[in-house]
Amino acid sequence: MLIIQLAINGIAVGCIYALVALGLVLIYKATEAVNFAQGDLMMLGAFFALTFISFGGLPFWVGLALAIIGMAAVGMIMERLVLRPILGQPQFAVIMVTIGVGFILRSGATMIPGWGTSSQALPTPFSNQTLDVAGLVMAQEHLAIIGATVILCALLYGFFRHTRFGIAMQAASQNQLAAAYMGIPIKRVSAATWAIAAAVAALGGVLLAPIALVEANMGFVVLKAFPAAVLGGFASLPGAVIGGVVIGLIEVFSGRYISDTARNLAPFVVLLAVLVIRPEGLFAEPKKRRA
Amino acid sequence: MALLEIRNIETYYGPVAAIRGVSLDVEEGKIVTLLGGNGAGKTTLLRTISGIVDPQKGTVAFAGAMIQGADPDAIVLKGIAHVPEGREVFPFLSVRDNLRMGAYTRRDPDGVAKDLELVFGYFPILRERAELAASQLSGGQQQMLAIGRAVMARPKLMLLDEPSLGLSPLLVKQIFGIVQRINREQGVSVLLVEQNARMALQVADFGYVLELGRIVMENTAAKLMESEDVSEAYLGNKQQGVRGERRWRRKKQWR
Repeated sequence: MLIIQLAINGIAVGCIYALVALGLVLIYKATEAVNFAQGDLMMLGAFFALTFISFGGLPFWVGLALAIIGMAAVGMIMERLVLRPILGQPQFAVIMVTIGVGFILRSGATMIPGWGTSSQALPTPFSNQTLDVAGLVMAQEHLAIIGATVILCALLYGFFRHTRFGIAMQAASQNQLAAAYMGIPIKRVSAATWAIAAAVAALGGVLLAPIALVEANMGFVVLKAFPAAVLGGFASLPGAVIGGVVIGLIEVFSGRYISDTARNLAPFVVLLAVLVIRPEGLFAEPKKRRA
Repeated sequence: MALLEIRNIETYYGPVAAIRGVSLDVEEGKIVTLLGGNGAGKTTLLRTISGIVDPQKGTVAFAGAMIQGADPDAIVLKGIAHVPEGREVFPFLSVRDNLRMGAYTRRDPDGVAKDLELVFGYFPILRERAELAASQLSGGQQQMLAIGRAVMARPKLMLLDEPSLGLSPLLVKQIFGIVQRINREQGVSVLLVEQNARMALQVADFGYVLELGRIVMENTAAKLMESEDVSEAYLGNKQQGVRGERRWRRKKQWR
């Protein structure tokens, strides 16, 4: 029983990592650079939700939807203002820009009245409630995290596999020049990528809020999403999700059966092990024949 | 009026002039070939036509409209499809999705479905491998896919960049035969860039020779085939003795 209980906790925590890792991988596939601001976008999304729900008094679901839409807009604005101007520059430049944006978002958030430097709880319909099934006591917030992640993955899968624009986004990430030759609007694809990554971050932020509180530094969860993304191969969306869940499980079980400090250590031991033994990750796509 | 009329195009890569005042025409329904060695500017010229790079000077008129400096998607919509050098397929998309991406700018699903059948008719191997990822195809099949992908745009003009690159002579012959069929049966005009001059001149109606960013010769394909300069420089028919030496100098003077 305990093992199942722990597994559910681990999967729930892992889903959060998976959501952040999804955003990282989306951006990586499109720009071949790591977005160090992904965690801070998540923080911003959580504050958006907090503002709409706690301060604005809107119902939870409306607030959630507004936060996601708002963050999609933030992603698009970010792409337009700071990333498109450096298009074609070395990836190093993109990485530095995302680090800079991350710092600005994190410090900026503490300067906004009402957000500030303190931790705040975001009330959700599933906070502090449990569901008893056959002797298992499950926190509803954990189930909500898992459910929302599954739904999001299904939506993303459908979008990238079966819609014209989704396939075009894949095409552009695989061969941008050829995509341009086909008349795929590269700039719109880039804007859409950042919008989706930021929207996914917003969902992650809202889901993380009931178990971690909303505060300016909550974006540091991205540090756990890196091992998840690397485990998945850093260029595979399903890999990011599975990597996230694996990291979550490792964390919870090592915290329970080794020691509480092992909880934070184990994911990075796994990260190093993956890099040494199988640097392409567990779910990497085959190497490109030609650039 | 020709379908494509290029006038005095100059294109730069940074400070380097890749195209130095090129003018050429592609008449409707014709296959026109553009010959030239490495670094002559052939690929740059095609990229300028399809809007990947913008020319500094000059005009590109397509079907009567000026298109120089327009975005690539606008140019595809006008009816120019580009088969890039080195095939440039989408490696992890299925063959079918690759072909669908060729029709990205189109808004007529029925027409696209019909053209998918058309492409499968020209290249039956692509139908057999429709669900495979493009990276699993051989080089020749990838070239067929790249051409099929361009046909999916239902273009008036197809820009073909070195389709023979790295393929066996037999396969090159087969692919050129299909390009000719597409040209005749679908009425698609073709601007064909080639280093394989013999093959290109066999299928083309008209030809231009590009050297260091300038057109140094233009004539019907039949005349170019007979021309001693082309024969020596691009068909490998080296002449012996003083006469050949002189010819080499004459070639030098083009620059």
